[in-house]
Amino acid sequence: MSIFLYDFVIRALLGAVFTGLAAPAVGTYLVQRRLALMGDGIGHIAVTGVALGLLTGTAPLLTAVIVSVAGAVALEVIRGRTSTSGDVALALLFYGGIAGGVMLTGLAGEGANVLQRYLFGSITSISAGEVWLTLALAAVVLFVAVGLSPQLFGVAQDEEFAQVSGLDARVYNLLVAVMAAVTVTVAMRTVGLLLVSALMVIPVATAQQVTRGFRTTLFAAMAIGTFASLAGVLVSAFVEVAPGATIVLIALAGFVAAYPVGLLLRRRRRARMPFLEMADGLDGVVPVHGHTAVPEDHEHQHGPACGHAAVEHGDHVDYVHDGHRHAVHGGHYDEH
Amino acid sequence: MHMSTQTLVSTRDVAVALGGRPVLRGIDLDVHAGEVVAVLGANGSGKSTLVRTLLGLVPTVRGEVRLFDTPLDRFRSWERIGFVPQRANATSGVPATVGEVVAAGRLSRRTPFVPMRRRDKDAVAAAVEAVGLAGRLGDGVSTLSGGQQQRVLIARALAGEPDLLVLDEPTAGVDVESQEAFAAALGTLVDRGATIVLVAHELGPLAGLVGRAVVMRDGRLVYDGPPLAAFTEADHVHHHDHNHPASPVRTGDHVPSVAAPLDPPAREAR
Ligand SMILES: Nc1ncnc2c1ncn2[C@@H]1O[C@H](COP(=O)(O)OP(=O)(O)O)[C@@H](O)[C@H]1O
Ligand SMILES: [Mg+2]
Ligand SMILES: [Zn+2]
Ligand SMILES: [Zn+2]
Ligand SMILES: [Zn+2]
Ligand SMILES: [Zn+2]
Repeated sequence: MSIFLYDFVIRALLGAVFTGLAAPAVGTYLVQRRLALMGDGIGHIAVTGVALGLLTGTAPLLTAVIVSVAGAVALEVIRGRTSTSGDVALALLFYGGIAGGVMLTGLAGEGANVLQRYLFGSITSISAGEVWLTLALAAVVLFVAVGLSPQLFGVAQDEEFAQVSGLDARVYNLLVAVMAAVTVTVAMRTVGLLLVSALMVIPVATAQQVTRGFRTTLFAAMAIGTFASLAGVLVSAFVEVAPGATIVLIALAGFVAAYPVGLLLRRRRRARMPFLEMADGLDGVVPVHGHTAVPEDHEHQHGPACGHAAVEHGDHVDYVHDGHRHAVHGGHYDEH
Repeated sequence: MHMSTQTLVSTRDVAVALGGRPVLRGIDLDVHAGEVVAVLGANGSGKSTLVRTLLGLVPTVRGEVRLFDTPLDRFRSWERIGFVPQRANATSGVPATVGEVVAAGRLSRRTPFVPMRRRDKDAVAAAVEAVGLAGRLGDGVSTLSGGQQQRVLIARALAGEPDLLVLDEPTAGVDVESQEAFAAALGTLVDRGATIVLVAHELGPLAGLVGRAVVMRDGRLVYDGPPLAAFTEADHVHHHDHNHPASPVRTGDHVPSVAAPLDPPAREAR
């Protein structure tokens, strides 16, 4: 009959949908703040959390949430207090987290394959209790990430302006860090700790190829994430591979497909950008505008329908062709 | 001076230190409702640090700052203040439209989890129109020129419908069209009785709007009074069809930060 009859498949799909929604939602704010690798750092810390659970016989999901939230808060505090060392702090947590995890798992006497479940995802072995906890956490993250999007956007975009708007930037930055930590643990059984950051970042990078606005990027990334996550889980139900790898490869394929489209869009937008009169020496570069009549003859008159790119320039348009900018001036053209 | 006019900004004996070095000293400044004050001075004289101190972005080491008759640490009416930071970037790691960036100016008036109301949308549209970018609400800010991006940031400050507008060099390195759009928007505000604190390198075309100038030198206020003719540089009016000599290259006004990885950052004054 159908594979959908199995309980575990339904659990797996639910987990995939929620992970696919939550990871890119939080990832959008990380990318906006140019902290794309923060999810990776937290993922590594969470390894220690999982190992702690295995060692103490507590549910690894619970210990992972606690340890990675603590790690994310530490990361954010270090980032806020020190100037140049954001990536150094990240690196310290990376290595500390993974080494601690391997060490603790060893002490717990668990084999490498138990840890592997969490490192690369193993959604089919997820228990009913874990599914509900995962869904609840993901729902909270989604509610905050979407509901507070104007505030989170404002703080990530311009911290000082947000501060002068009465928002406590530190609180919002911490909130993003905590959401990232929770998302990492939510995604642990689906994509796995080592690849979760990919699901936070790749859908956002893909969406931005074609979007112009923040909200459209946010929602497009969530749609892409959900698709990749669902498709990845389905594929790995048939092929014996860890779901994390399939999900990330599908997401990457989406990026590869979207990139040329984005390149084209960006090139077109740039070609239409107005030429500007500079009033002030910007970095010492001052454009020279002389009155230079164009010597060459024109077989046609430049106009809206002549086929040449017409680019705004102050109060007129310049027609761009053969590496020149021709502006109508009385009965002739000027080079601008 | 009328005793009845409200004092929107007031500092007494304020001193500020950045990275352990005194940057501002002995600042006494009152700005009254309806005044248009230009803050002038050479690069590095402390203009940015001064306005950032007024807004609570830089801690003081001495003295008191009051906004709207309230000590800064108890001030909560942020919707009354609009801020245009110096040479800020309208873009970030993720694309955003003009409308979205300008809408951030409404954050001081919005409740979390409540969508934008009619009033918010109207204010955003009016602000975008005031800076001459009407019809570009849906455009990505990264597709705009530097001057247009600067206008977006001015619109963001206007969108909050502030009583006090603080602008830090809003027209530095900006194209002619944007400068004119900016001067027009500022003129409208001044007519409506807004209070404005404007940091500027030189007054240029804004001279007509400014009623009072304060001049910073080396972290101290050295002049406070009517704008003098010397503050207006007439040779900065430009035309489409003349060649002008290259302006001298501006040096950056940042001190390069040298810090060990775990040193606390000196909060940067731009
Ligand atoms: N983060 C910082 N640490 C140490 N000194 C700073 C810092 N930011 C600015 N300064 C110094 O403070 C002085 C005033 O700077 P600023 O307020 O930016 O001047 P202005 O805006 O008038 O160009 C300058 O001498 C500058 O070197
Ligand atoms: Mg400055
Ligand atoms: Zn001509
Ligand atoms: Zn033509
Ligand atoms: Zn032209
Ligand atoms: Zn031509």
